[in-house]
Amino acid sequence: MEVKNLRVKSMNHVTFNDNEYLEQYVEELKKGGVNVAIGCLDDCINWGRSHSVWPLTFATACCGIEFMCVGAARTDFARFGWEVTRNSPRQSDVVFVAGTIVNKMAPVLKRLYDQMAEPKYVIAMGGCAISGGPFKNSYNVVKGVNEIIPVDVYVPGCPPRPNAVLYGMLQMERKIKLEGFFKLPKKPAITPEEKVWAERLAKEEEARKAAKGIK
Amino acid sequence: MEDIKKLLAKVAPGKEVAEGTQYPTIELEPNEVRAVAKKLKEAGFDYLINLTGVDYTDALGTVYHISSSTNKTAVVVLKTKTADRENPVLYTVCDIWKSADLYEREVFDFYGIRFIDHPDMRRIFLRGDWKGFPFRKDYNEVNEMPTTNVNIDDLETLPSITFDKEGKIVEKTKQLFDNNEYVVNFGPQHPATHGVLHLRVSLDGEIVKKVDPNFGYIHRGIEKMCESLTYPQILPYTERLDYLSGSINRHAFCMCVEKAAGIEVPQRAQYIRCIFDELTRIASHLLGWGCMAMDMGAITAFIYGMRDREKIMDIFEENAGGRLMPAYSIIGGLTKDVVPNFQQTISEFVAYMRESIKEYHTLFTGNPIATGRMHNVGWLTKETAVALGTTGPTGRASGWSNDVRKIAPYAAYDKVKFKEVLRNTDTCKGDSFDRYIIRLDEVLESLNIIEQLNENLPDDGVNVKVPAIVKLPEGEYYQRAESARGDFGVYIKSDGNKNPYRVKFRSPCMTLISALDPLCKGEKIADLITIGASLDYVIPCADR
Repeated sequence: MEVKNLRVKSMNHVTFNDNEYLEQYVEELKKGGVNVAIGCLDDCINWGRSHSVWPLTFATACCGIEFMCVGAARTDFARFGWEVTRNSPRQSDVVFVAGTIVNKMAPVLKRLYDQMAEPKYVIAMGGCAISGGPFKNSYNVVKGVNEIIPVDVYVPGCPPRPNAVLYGMLQMERKIKLEGFFKLPKKPAITPEEKVWAERLAKEEEARKAAKGIK
Repeated sequence: MEDIKKLLAKVAPGKEVAEGTQYPTIELEPNEVRAVAKKLKEAGFDYLINLTGVDYTDALGTVYHISSSTNKTAVVVLKTKTADRENPVLYTVCDIWKSADLYEREVFDFYGIRFIDHPDMRRIFLRGDWKGFPFRKDYNEVNEMPTTNVNIDDLETLPSITFDKEGKIVEKTKQLFDNNEYVVNFGPQHPATHGVLHLRVSLDGEIVKKVDPNFGYIHRGIEKMCESLTYPQILPYTERLDYLSGSINRHAFCMCVEKAAGIEVPQRAQYIRCIFDELTRIASHLLGWGCMAMDMGAITAFIYGMRDREKIMDIFEENAGGRLMPAYSIIGGLTKDVVPNFQQTISEFVAYMRESIKEYHTLFTGNPIATGRMHNVGWLTKETAVALGTTGPTGRASGWSNDVRKIAPYAAYDKVKFKEVLRNTDTCKGDSFDRYIIRLDEVLESLNIIEQLNENLPDDGVNVKVPAIVKLPEGEYYQRAESARGDFGVYIKSDGNKNPYRVKFRSPCMTLISALDPLCKGEKIADLITIGASLDYVIPCADR
């Protein structure tokens, strides 16, 4: 698909071209030379990984119903190897944050994410997970899950159509294929959000200890 | 209306019945509420529809909407308020109407009104460490996103207030579970809770002793947001309450505003709205059926249900534009007219769906594993159903006739012939199987309604011109509608401005969840899943 001379504020031209830029970027990187054995193994392993992603059945609100539709007969995500939905975070590779996350749910979602094994991915599905969506002005709603956990793919919509979710899944697959499997961090890399989180946790722990000490 | 006014004069002597209101309304002092409530209950008013907290800026109060399971069309409104904003207390009615239990906890959570002798005054939606009461008009606290789960311990202690011998108010606490009780946490992330519900189940071996639902994992504060929005802006939020009966909720809100503003909606719009309501109901029941089967381990049923649901989604998309949220009704009618081949599509769908239901029965209803899991499990008697206010298919499975489409016909429901699907009218007791089968029967009845409406579709336009800013005259308005889960209600209190003073949505799901405890007591833990699935609740509707 070739789109020319489109002008949209805050959206790069390449974004219209079906996100081919990721592949181009990698091609450029590989020009410098990559270990033949490891490079081929990477491709091989990633091909397998990207076609057998196990999502966590996690849904809080309306988007969950559309997520169920993606799994049902018409837009069957088994075609892409995503059909093994797991009920335990320990067995799943990707979490679809389908629905609004509120203040009471935020620690639970964080805990679920922490329980997942590396490598793990997050897809923010729908307006609420992206930015708080229509509930942005509410007193109790988290303004986007990226405040809690790092997000790989955003699927906009309220709720997104199943086709949109499929497109988001394919983007996720593409992203997995680009990773150097042997270069993946053994320990989870600490993102800026996680750093803030860790600081907060330490502060609360200290405050709790102090409160206990007074008693 | 006249005999209700006579009754009110008898139960509350000396009190004036307000003129010009939708339902007979009386204002009471806080200490008179219990006496009047008891007398009303004795006179047959055994179903508390709704309990709303209101902040009158100079006072805090509650509004009770009460109806009866025998004299179904009668609705009475009681009001009370207290001027004390620092430490407001009112008297509980949760021993008179059991459904008031959760409603009063909600009022405490939102307004800080404590109810004397209510056994459980924990916060219901917000976390225990939440500062302030968000629904008060002067609320300006800042609550940061929490990072730890430490406050979960607070769920164990139930604070309450009561009078001591000298008539002073004293605070008491009670432990929810004994120290030696075995408590299992169920949720909030669990595929069989149909959302994010946290249940704490006390077990004796495999037998359930007590279920304590913990709400608020998807409390989005929709009602508070509505107070700063105009009426047309509120419409999308109504669909996201109970997303499975989205267009019914939206329809109910539109009707409430139209009735208050005196807008006459064309017949064609009303017919199409009803067709969409029934289609939504079918879609919801299909999903409920599929999920119930899936909870019992039958994936095939889920796939079949979703397959037919997609047909409804196609009709929505073709005519309204949306799939799950059609966004079709607006104040004054519909966004646009239906497509030319609408009537043909509908009649084809009705014929197709009738065949499908037969297939469902062959596929799943007679399955020995399914029947073994559903028969004689989770008995709900009619009295408990009325006391808890579990309306909709759940109540009707126990023989309680509570269909709002029959009681207070709205839109085009008085122009069609249909029968209210009821089970066990003689035994007054329903089990999981009754609640399962009644949904499939309701789908057939909905198809009858759709067929009749579709054949007689009038031709007088789909909307009337409505000003961009809708202002409602000062007053209170209530509109009931039959959603896929029961009695959905919209309460609007207007002060004449372009945005409402208070909006409350009567959620049928909250009462359904409160039925989990009486239903599961004495059953096996595995049956908790089946019973929960047979109630078919939607958590965002309960949490709002």
